[in-house]
Amino acid sequence: MGLIADTGKYILLMKRVFVAPDRGRMFFRQFPKELEKLGLQSLPIVAIISVFIGFIMTMQTKLNTSNPLLPVYTTGLVTRDTLLLEFSSTILCLILAGKVGSNIASEIGTMRITEQIDALEIMGVNSANYLILPKVVAFVVMMPFLVIFSMALGIFGGYFVGVLTTIMTTGDYLVGIKFAFVPYYVFYSLIKSMIFAFLISSVAAFYGYYSYGGALDVGKSSTNAVVNGSILILFFNILITKIMLN
Amino acid sequence: MIEVKNIEKSFESNHVLKNVSAVFETGKTNMIIGGSGSGKTVLMKSIIGLHRIDGGRIEYDGRNLPDMKMSEIRMLRREVGMLFQGSALFDSLTVLENVIYPLEMFSPSTKEEMLERARFCLKHVNLEEKAFGLAPSEISGGMQKRVAIARAIALQPKYLFCDEPNSGLDPKTSLVIDQLIHEVTHEFEITTIINSHDMNSVMEIGENIIFIEKGEKAWQGNKDDIFHVDNEALNNFVFASELFKKVKRTNQ
Ligand SMILES: Nc1ncnc2c1ncn2[C@@H]1O[C@H](COP(=O)(O)OP(=O)(O)OP(=O)(O)O)[C@@H](O)[C@H]1O
Ligand SMILES: [Mg+2]
Repeated sequence: MGLIADTGKYILLMKRVFVAPDRGRMFFRQFPKELEKLGLQSLPIVAIISVFIGFIMTMQTKLNTSNPLLPVYTTGLVTRDTLLLEFSSTILCLILAGKVGSNIASEIGTMRITEQIDALEIMGVNSANYLILPKVVAFVVMMPFLVIFSMALGIFGGYFVGVLTTIMTTGDYLVGIKFAFVPYYVFYSLIKSMIFAFLISSVAAFYGYYSYGGALDVGKSSTNAVVNGSILILFFNILITKIMLN
Repeated sequence: MIEVKNIEKSFESNHVLKNVSAVFETGKTNMIIGGSGSGKTVLMKSIIGLHRIDGGRIEYDGRNLPDMKMSEIRMLRREVGMLFQGSALFDSLTVLENVIYPLEMFSPSTKEEMLERARFCLKHVNLEEKAFGLAPSEISGGMQKRVAIARAIALQPKYLFCDEPNSGLDPKTSLVIDQLIHEVTHEFEITTIINSHDMNSVMEIGENIIFIEKGEKAWQGNKDDIFHVDNEALNNFVFASELFKKVKRTNQ
């Protein structure tokens, strides 16, 4: 029951968000700020996680498949396809659901409980459109770059297994990276991640926008945003994969 | 003049406003008083249309708000200024930008004219020039209230709403804020509605007083009558402090 009501409320909110801004100038003033905050400021965490995961995944694959019958390209191939298919889209988005989702929910939630949203409404501003649209658009636009960046750094991280350890050579790794490359996987990942970006930012905005109470309630909204955003990602991951990879 | 008739408002099972009717006069400081949680803020936000009411009429000089389309409500809001309980200044903007903001949204004037108007309003509420470039978090609560008043009057509203303008202020600053609101109301012939639970403010500037008790209008009158009313809830409210008890004793 609560789920149906919330879904309805979410859809109504989105109808208010996705209209042409009454003041284009205001949108274009806010948009670059959001690109920076939601996109550029996510680069460090994306970089660190991707390099380390690329590294550890390559090492684990190599150590756990030490069967001499397996071709040399196995490790590189597994690393690459895992990054391309799941890590740099789904897992990355789960991580960003934590960072970006809580950021959006707490920012909008704070504006709600301190009555700044009411103040906007009094001034005749469509607050949903003014506050949420730049964030959602900015995050969806930035997401493909974050994904490509993560893929590249993940592969780069794996390369270091050959450099820093003796369990495999960089040559073997590179053979695997180039073996049977399917460009469609990248496309699939990018589409998927943009849908996730929309889910993360819009769901977080929803929970923030409908906060009521005090600082504690903003915290709750933030938690709800992250938890429900993550569940939606997992659910949509199955759905999109069925549609795009079948 | 704003006239509300038989307003009803519930949040799920919580019936907050019960059949409230009242008249708020032009050029006067109309006050809504009542204890904490009695429904003052909800009443005010309902009158402005921030809460959708479940029943009743809200007439702005004859125009009924619940009948209006969203676009008409937006037009009406150009004539409305509001001072929120917690100031509600935009924290990402400076003091000056906060006051310019509504002008940018609504007025057709040039950048220079807007800047001049914003400066005029800030000076009008006695804010010093050196505070103009600061962020709201860098100024005191009293100064924030003044900036919020400046923002509320920037567009020369016909209707001004103030939700507990002196909560969290010391008595002296409270007085300054009250007088400021009183002054602009008379100077610009504004229909002003003030929420308060502060008897000092009521005695200072209350010209038309509405007492709300548990979501119902329990009394309406002026500050001279307020001491001689046979209403237990109101008496408890009015004579809560020792000072007003003394006033009562000396009057008798
Ligand atoms: N957005 C909301 N959703 C649900 N309930 C609400 C909402 N806003 C107010 N209420 C409820 O309405 C009642 C009246 O609250 P209101 O804020 O109007 O009181 P108040 O008279 O302004 O009190 P105070 O002097 O403390 O500001 C409270 O029981 C409150 O919980
Ligand atoms: Mg209140």
